[in-house]
Amino acid sequence: MTTSTTGALAPPAVPAPWTMPDKGKVGMLLLIVAESSFFAIFVIAYLFYVGKSLNGPFPADVLELPILGSICLLSSSVTIMLAIRALRAGNRSRFNLWWLATILLGLEFLIGTGMEWYGLIVRHGLWIDTNLFGTTFYSLVGFHAFHVTVGLLMLTLVLIFGLTGSLAPEHAERTEILSWYWHFVDTVWVVVFTVVYVVGR
Amino acid sequence: MLSAVAACASGIGRAIAADAPVDAIPTMFEPVSTPAESIRSLSFLVMGISGGIFVVVTAVLFYCVWRFRARPGDDREPPQVYGSNQIEWSWTIVPILIVLVLFLATARTINELQASEVPPEALRVTIVGHQWWWEIRYPDLGVVTANELHLPASRPGERRPTYLHLESADVIHSFWIPQLSGKTDVVPNRRNLMWVEPHTTGTFLGQCAEYCGTQHAKMLLRAIVHEPGEFDAWVAAQKQPATVVDAVADGRAIFQSTACINCHTVEGTNANGRFGPDLTHLMSRTTIGSGAASNTPENLRAWIASPDHFKPGALMPAMQLADNDLDKLTAWLLTLQ
Amino acid sequence: MTVLEEGIARPHAAAERASAWSVAHDWVTTVDHKKLGVMYVASALMFFLIAGFEATLIRIQLAVPNNDFLPPDTFNRLFTMHGTTMVFLVGMPMFFGFANYLTPLMIGARDLAFPRMNAFGFWLFLFGGILLYFSFLGGDGLYGAGTAPDVGWFAYAPLTGKAFSRGNSTDYWILGILVSGLGSTGTALNLATTIFTMRCPGMTWSKLPLFVWLMLVDCLLTLVILTPLTAAQVMLLLDRYLGAHFFDTQAGGSAVLWQHFFWFFGHPEVYVLIMPAFAIMNEIVPVFSRNPLFGYPFMVGATVLIGFISLSVWAHHMFVVGLSPAANTFFALSTMAIAVPTGIKIFNWLGTMWGGKIRFTVPMLWCTGFLFSFVIAGLTGVMLAVVPWDWQLSDSYFVVAHFHFVLIGGLLFTLFAAIYYWFPKVTGKMMDERLGKLHFWVFAAGFYLTFVPMHFPGLLGMPRRIYTYEAGRGWDELNLISSLGVAVQLVGLSFFLWNLVRSLLRGEPAGDDPWDAWTLEWSTTSPPPEYNFEQIPVVHSRRPLWDLKHPEDPDWRYE
Repeated sequence: MTTSTTGALAPPAVPAPWTMPDKGKVGMLLLIVAESSFFAIFVIAYLFYVGKSLNGPFPADVLELPILGSICLLSSSVTIMLAIRALRAGNRSRFNLWWLATILLGLEFLIGTGMEWYGLIVRHGLWIDTNLFGTTFYSLVGFHAFHVTVGLLMLTLVLIFGLTGSLAPEHAERTEILSWYWHFVDTVWVVVFTVVYVVGR
Repeated sequence: MLSAVAACASGIGRAIAADAPVDAIPTMFEPVSTPAESIRSLSFLVMGISGGIFVVVTAVLFYCVWRFRARPGDDREPPQVYGSNQIEWSWTIVPILIVLVLFLATARTINELQASEVPPEALRVTIVGHQWWWEIRYPDLGVVTANELHLPASRPGERRPTYLHLESADVIHSFWIPQLSGKTDVVPNRRNLMWVEPHTTGTFLGQCAEYCGTQHAKMLLRAIVHEPGEFDAWVAAQKQPATVVDAVADGRAIFQSTACINCHTVEGTNANGRFGPDLTHLMSRTTIGSGAASNTPENLRAWIASPDHFKPGALMPAMQLADNDLDKLTAWLLTLQ
Repeated sequence: MTVLEEGIARPHAAAERASAWSVAHDWVTTVDHKKLGVMYVASALMFFLIAGFEATLIRIQLAVPNNDFLPPDTFNRLFTMHGTTMVFLVGMPMFFGFANYLTPLMIGARDLAFPRMNAFGFWLFLFGGILLYFSFLGGDGLYGAGTAPDVGWFAYAPLTGKAFSRGNSTDYWILGILVSGLGSTGTALNLATTIFTMRCPGMTWSKLPLFVWLMLVDCLLTLVILTPLTAAQVMLLLDRYLGAHFFDTQAGGSAVLWQHFFWFFGHPEVYVLIMPAFAIMNEIVPVFSRNPLFGYPFMVGATVLIGFISLSVWAHHMFVVGLSPAANTFFALSTMAIAVPTGIKIFNWLGTMWGGKIRFTVPMLWCTGFLFSFVIAGLTGVMLAVVPWDWQLSDSYFVVAHFHFVLIGGLLFTLFAAIYYWFPKVTGKMMDERLGKLHFWVFAAGFYLTFVPMHFPGLLGMPRRIYTYEAGRGWDELNLISSLGVAVQLVGLSFFLWNLVRSLLRGEPAGDDPWDAWTLEWSTTSPPPEYNFEQIPVVHSRRPLWDLKHPEDPDWRYE
């Protein structure tokens, strides 16, 4: 606090430049918070009903560890990071490559899920109305797959931008924000995998 | 001869029920049973503390409003006060202490009142909530009735509390007779346990306290507390099979050949439905329709003709009987003491 | 002059020729936070009148025992729609309306972070509400008469299952709220992002107006709790249409699980509803006491604490469901604990008034009324936290009286205060002071007449949600008085509506700063221009306008 003989005082200095966090990043983080809450309810329902189905099929009888799908999905988090690094460095073709790899890995995950569901429905007769396991399994895994699908649609849109040469290093920030969504979807899969295929069986 | 004795015994039981004074106001502040008494004691502490806080805070508010109102014409700003850590801490610590006191009293009463197992000397009752009536079974005594819970008074020398297992046949209801105890919900696919221990005889009122559909408002309860001897007499009367009176055999025949038997049970006939109340001792109860109307011959006849008249939306359909069939059926039902 | 120069020289020419069509088009397509804020509040007022009408019908039916003014089905729909409307279509849009209008102005920004998403959120809310009310026409499916939901605003399972709720009435409850809820989640995200990222230079966290602090905590709370409701509603839809068994007790499902999910949303939701009331108090009480808010850091701390603790109290709505003694004890403790920071707020407001020079303008009258009512509401709440007391009084009229004290004596009183306080800023005109005082005294009298007596039937054994009751249980006169109080409230409300209309048409010009206040919104014109500020302001304290008006004694010397 400074004073002068005339009594005029100087207010505390305002830091210049005045920097605030990026809107897109904060917005995406908050979206992830809301979505985490959403998934948490389905996870809690799954855990609550473990072992409580009145009739089969039961998890241990019909579930197999989705190893390939999980490896693909988790690797896609790595490839998306590599893509963004390439874009930052200005290497558009390398970006397109890694970005495409991400999409293909995500697609493989979805195909794997589809095949798993086909087996469960047709071979084992398990659907959402069969028992509590069916109800909680299809809703939890289904909503996750839905979020993967939405993510893939967004990624494909960006791929189109990339392939038509519309992307430049200054878009790396925005693309990174999209990648956070993708990382979130992957993290949810880690939780779903643990709860459904490890704990629940 | 046997049936005459049975008619006598149940008649006595019914007379007792009819003469028992009805405690018309179901208030938690006139408890007659141990759990309700504990809750009332606790509530004096709670109301005392809350009342004290209210008086103090309101007094400060009124003082502020009077003392610090702006006088007309005075436009100068008062000295600007930004806060005081000491004052803040003091009015944080004091409420924390008050909360602690309240919490300890609460925790103690929870443990005192929440039942975990049924003691050997207790009377067991199973209550099943239905849309919109109460099924009441005494599994150890082989007695089934509806809407009226008969209980023995529990005296200090020979304690006989009643433990209620609570179940539901359809949606969530809540069993509440304030003078006996706090309420507990009856939840489908779940078994809850509560207990009561009435000390005085009489009839005490309650009703369903969880919204359960159209006629939630008319799912009334009556608890009738007897001297232990009278309670045994009531049980004995209830255990008898249905009275057989030849004069009304026509009515019984109508009953047994109509859809009535799909929903109702009458011991000694081919009716063993569980959807509606057991009618074996229908006339030993003071109301019909779970309190929707008093149990008189006129009301009974009108109920069978159209339950919707008393309880719109009730799940019992209008029975579409011809008038004289209805008369005969009613006459028979009136013998089910 | 070129066309461009002409356009600049006569900027209002187009406005003078504005037709009703172009005005409507402007409002319907706007992304301006101020217009959206006004639309939120106007829609909330409309739904408030509808829900108030529903309540009036309910109180007519309950005025005397064994009344036949309404059949049971209609009554059950009315209380369901009344509760659902007041919580989701009045409380929430009032929160978002005021937050939307004031937040950018108070933090020195030009709009929210995502203006188009803001508009989207508003229209989702409005159409969700209309969808809910469409149930009166379409609720029973193609061939039925059409019925609104009748399952209560918290829609307990399994009453909401296909077996017990036939037709589509419950689906309208689910979908109307779900759609509205998506809008609310988006707007909460938008507002929080705005507050995090668009504060003007100098506005650090410790210089943020408390109104904005509370809106931030409120939005973050909303983000955490609203999607769980969405999840539970999706589960209910899956049960009803795909044969899932989330809450299907016949298949081993749990009715109590719905209650846990719903109340995990539902309890923090009531804090989401009341925090705007606290936010409004934080702005109005200091201005009319001529004192800064007492204990700013403690107020911030108390708010954050309330936000966190509110996530841990939900099962106090389930004390009678048969949870274990350990669970009941835990939730009793957490519920009592939240009373401490709430009490601190009340004491701080009293501390703000203490030593001040209180001007009892209409906004201040409402805020004083809040203080009196909210103490009562909070105390009956603490009483209900005492679990055995709750075993008697849960689901009784004692609880109904408690939460109406919170929502009317608490929230509605401050909403009226806010309308009278910020109406001049929004419209450029003052509301009539005399009519406003009539509104206050008459409405408050009616409110007390209805809701003070309402505690007693609960103590005397009257459960809630009953379409009629037996005579002679000691409930008769009390219910009649409660019903008569509604008539008085309606008179008070009519003064308010008349005041609104009259002031809009010919209120006194307000000027920029009619109340001699201290936050940034009062530095703009009334109404503010679309861009809010010609230049983004720089602030040095919590009361930038105090600093400007009192250069010899600025706040930043003391903060």
